[in-house]
Amino acid sequence: MTPPLALENGGYVGAAYLVFLLLLLIYVAIMASKLQRIQRELSSLAELADRPSSGDPDHDVGDVHQREHEIEAVRQGGRR
Amino acid sequence: MATALQQITLRRLAIVTVAVMGAGYALAFLYAPQDATEGFAQKIFYLHVPLAIVSLLGFIVAGIHAIRHLRSGDPKHDARSYVSIHISVILGLAVLLTGAIWAKSQWGVWWEWREPTLVSFLIVFLLYATYYPLRYAIEDRDRQARYASVFAITAGAFVPLNFLAVRLAQPYIHPRTFSSSGGLPGEMLLAFLVCLAGMALLWLTLVWFELDAKAASANLGRIRRALEAS
Repeated sequence: MTPPLALENGGYVGAAYLVFLLLLLIYVAIMASKLQRIQRELSSLAELADRPSSGDPDHDVGDVHQREHEIEAVRQGGRR
Repeated sequence: MATALQQITLRRLAIVTVAVMGAGYALAFLYAPQDATEGFAQKIFYLHVPLAIVSLLGFIVAGIHAIRHLRSGDPKHDARSYVSIHISVILGLAVLLTGAIWAKSQWGVWWEWREPTLVSFLIVFLLYATYYPLRYAIEDRDRQARYASVFAITAGAFVPLNFLAVRLAQPYIHPRTFSSSGGLPGEMLLAFLVCLAGMALLWLTLVWFELDAKAASANLGRIRRALEAS
């Protein structure tokens, strides 16, 4: 039985659009992994910035906790 | 503030891209009539041809950014040129794959070496594929950017010349849609133009997205170096 005209070569059309979507998806996946790496680096930088300097006698522990909360809020925002 | 604005604009651009592409392909499948000779396989045209046009234009845009980079020395233009080529190469790969699928449906073969349209596009694609090894073979950042810009300008000038040569050449079997002998019917043309606009917006969105990611990565590197030095 021959397929109706509207569906003739439908497999090829589907394959062409699928290939395009697949390529786009691969690109987006690669970019997502790059952004995850940036996010990880940002977290490690936040930790680095958060680390109290050893020779600072006036270092306020309360401020550090406050900054930790802020950094965590930024992280949470980045995950969303 | 500027970054926040940029993010909003990129998000808006992405939404507009999805909307225009959705409208374009809805028109292509639901509004545009079926081609009398090619049948349903002609629907590949609404994907394949916009991809090819946008990809080739992207290479020319990369050349323009490269000229601006050589004139100003601003690395921002080099990044734009690099990302334009990157996205155009990805779209170019999609052109070759969708074209091969269409060729199989119409000609019964995946590739035809005697057809100048196909071979010339492959030459352009392979030319730009050499951009990456050439660029990363040079270690010095400034020289790398300069040589890459020279490449982008030379190859970018080759693209319209190549296109013109193909249009002037005798076609073997590849159809010439936009020729002097006749164009597309109104409904098909409308669907095609919306698909073309959608594809151009997709290219712009991806370029913008990648540039933002590159800028974020570069800024992080700078902050890390500054923090480690302090």
